[in-house]
Amino acid sequence: MSVAEGLDQAAVAPSAAASGTATGLASGPAYRPKPFSTRLFRSEMALIGGRRRNQMGLLVLAAMPIIMAIATKLTASDHRRGGDLMSSMTTNGLFVPLAAFMVEMTMFLPLAIAMLSGDSIAGEANLGTLRYLLTVPVSRTRLLAVKFASLCAGAFWGVLTVAIPGAIIGIALFGFGPMPTLSGSTLSAGEAVGRLVLVCLYLTAGLSALAAVGLFISTLTEQPIGASVAVMIVTIVSWILVGVPQLSWLHPWLLVDHWMAFQEFLRDPIAWDAPLAGLRLFALYAVVFWTLAWARFSGKDVTS
Amino acid sequence: MTSATLPLALSTPMTPPMTATPLPLAVSTAGLTKRFGSRTVVTDLALAVPTGAVYGFLGPNGSGKTTTIRMLLGLVTPTAGTREVLGHPIPDAADQALHRVGALVEGPAFHPYLSGRANLARLDAADRHTDPATAKARIDAALDRVGLLAAATKRYRAYSLGMRQRLAIAGALLTPRDLLVLDEPTNGLDPQGTREVRSLVGSLAADGTTVLVSSHLLSEVEQMCTHLGVMREGQLVAEGTVAEIRGKSRPVCRVLTSQPDAAADVLRGLGLAEVTSQTGEAHGIPGEVAPEAIVAALVGAGVPVAGFTVTSASLEDLFVALTGEGFDVSG
Repeated sequence: MSVAEGLDQAAVAPSAAASGTATGLASGPAYRPKPFSTRLFRSEMALIGGRRRNQMGLLVLAAMPIIMAIATKLTASDHRRGGDLMSSMTTNGLFVPLAAFMVEMTMFLPLAIAMLSGDSIAGEANLGTLRYLLTVPVSRTRLLAVKFASLCAGAFWGVLTVAIPGAIIGIALFGFGPMPTLSGSTLSAGEAVGRLVLVCLYLTAGLSALAAVGLFISTLTEQPIGASVAVMIVTIVSWILVGVPQLSWLHPWLLVDHWMAFQEFLRDPIAWDAPLAGLRLFALYAVVFWTLAWARFSGKDVTS
Repeated sequence: MTSATLPLALSTPMTPPMTATPLPLAVSTAGLTKRFGSRTVVTDLALAVPTGAVYGFLGPNGSGKTTTIRMLLGLVTPTAGTREVLGHPIPDAADQALHRVGALVEGPAFHPYLSGRANLARLDAADRHTDPATAKARIDAALDRVGLLAAATKRYRAYSLGMRQRLAIAGALLTPRDLLVLDEPTNGLDPQGTREVRSLVGSLAADGTTVLVSSHLLSEVEQMCTHLGVMREGQLVAEGTVAEIRGKSRPVCRVLTSQPDAAADVLRGLGLAEVTSQTGEAHGIPGEVAPEAIVAALVGAGVPVAGFTVTSASLEDLFVALTGEGFDVSG
C-alpha cells in the first residue's frame, strides 16, 4: 500500500502541477472526499429559497394567519370560547397558527409542496441542468435522497412560515398565557408552545409524505408544471374521496384524512392513536413513493 | 475498490487518477448499440480514443454522436455493448471515472436566475471530490480561463449565447480533468473566443488531458485535432490519426498549360498515376514524386507552365465522401 502511495504521490505532483498550469489552478495534495457532505443539500435549499416564486409563496402562507387574526379581532365581540379552533382564537394567541393550519393544510401547503416537487427533478430536466448535475457526477440515488431531504426541509419551512407569523400576530392581538384545550382543561403557556411544536412536526411529516408522491411524479415527466398539477390533483381527489362516506374503507389510506389529526395534540392528555396512525401512513407513503421514484429514475435515459 | 485486473497503482482508493502508468485508451467502447423504440441510433460502435489525443468526433446531424456521448457519460443506457472511460467501466465505476471528466453536452444549461458564479458554485457543491475550501479560488480560475470574470455576477438569463457557452466550458474546468468531452465548444463564440478555445484545448492536450471534440467546423477540427472519428447513421465509418484519414485521399497535382498533352506525357514519364489531360490543364497523382521535380521536368521539356498546384482534398470533401452527399437527416 505504501509503495503504491509513494508511486501515486510521485505521479501526482508533476501531473497535478501540470494540469494546474493549464487550468490556472494550484492543486495541492489530493482531497479525500468526506463520507457525508451537506454541500449539495445546502445548494438545494439556497436554490429553493432564492426563487422569487417561492418567496412569494411564503408570503402568501404567512399572510393567511395574519388576515385571519385581524379579521377575527375586528369582528369578534364575544370573547367566550367556542367549541372549535376558529372561535378559540380570541382566547389565546397560539390558537391563531392552529386555526391557520386548518385552513392552509387543505390547499395552500399542499400547493407549496406541489410546486417544490415539480421543480425537483422535472424542473431540472426542463432547464437541462439535470444532465450536468448527473455528470458531475452525482449518483442518481444520492440526487433523489438530497432532493427528498430538501423537499422535507421545504415542508418544514412552509409550516414554520404559518406557525411563527401566526403565533406572533396571535400573541400580539389576543394575548398569551395558559391555553384551554379541546378536552376542557388548561395547559400552561410553556406546554402550549410545546404542543404547537409537536403540531408543526406532525404536519411536516404529513407534507413530506405528499412530497414523496411529488418526487415520484417529478421523475415521470420533464414538465414541472405538469408534475405540480398532478400533485394538486392527487390532493384534491383525496379530499373529495375523504368526503364520500361510502368509501370509508379507503379513508385510512388517504394522506389528507390523517393531516387533520393534528388537533389531537390539543387534547389533554394527547390522544396519540390518531397521530400515530397518521405517522405510520406517512412513513409508508414516503418509503413506497421514494422507492418508486428511485426505481423509475435509476434506469431512465436522460435525454433532456 | 481494488481491482484484480488493474495495476496496484491504479487501485488505491485515494488515487488521483493520473498515475505512473497512464492507460492507452481514455475512452473505449465495444459493440455499443442503442435503440430508441424501433429506431437504431447507434450500431455496434467500437470507439478508441487514445490518451492524450485531441479526438475530433465528426458526423452529420442525426448520426448518433450526441447519443454516443450521452452513453459515455452514463446518461443513457445502451441496448448492448460495453463502454469504458479512463479505464473504468460505465456505469459500474462511473463515480470514479466521471469526476475526472469535464463535459459540455448539447449546449449550455444553467439556472436562469442564478448568477454565473452561483451556477458554478452549485456544480462544485454537487461534486464530492472537490475541496470546499478551494471552491472560490477554483471557480475564479475557471471563470478567468474563459474570460467571464467580469460578468460572473450577472444573472445567467442576461448572458449572450457566447457567454453561456463560455460558462459551460468553465463548468468543465472547475477541477483538474483527465478527459474533456466538448460538444460544439465554439458554438456562438466570437473569433477571439474561438481562438481562445482552440488554444485552451491545445494547452490542455499538451498537459496530457484527452479531449474529445464534436464539431461541425471542419476547419477548426483540422487545426486542433490529432485523431478523427467519423460517424454515419450510427456507425463509425472512419477512425484514426488525422494523417491516416487524410492518407485515404491523395494529393492531386494540377498543371495549367496551353499544351496539356505534352504536359501529360511528361507527368507519365515521371511516374505519376492517373494522369489525365483536358483543355488547358493536366492532372496527375504525384505519389512519391516531389513537386519541385515535376516543375523542373515540365520546364526542362519545354512545356509552357501557366500555373502549378498540388492540392489535397479538404477535410470537408473527405467528410462528405465518407458520410454521403445527402442533405436530409437520416432519421
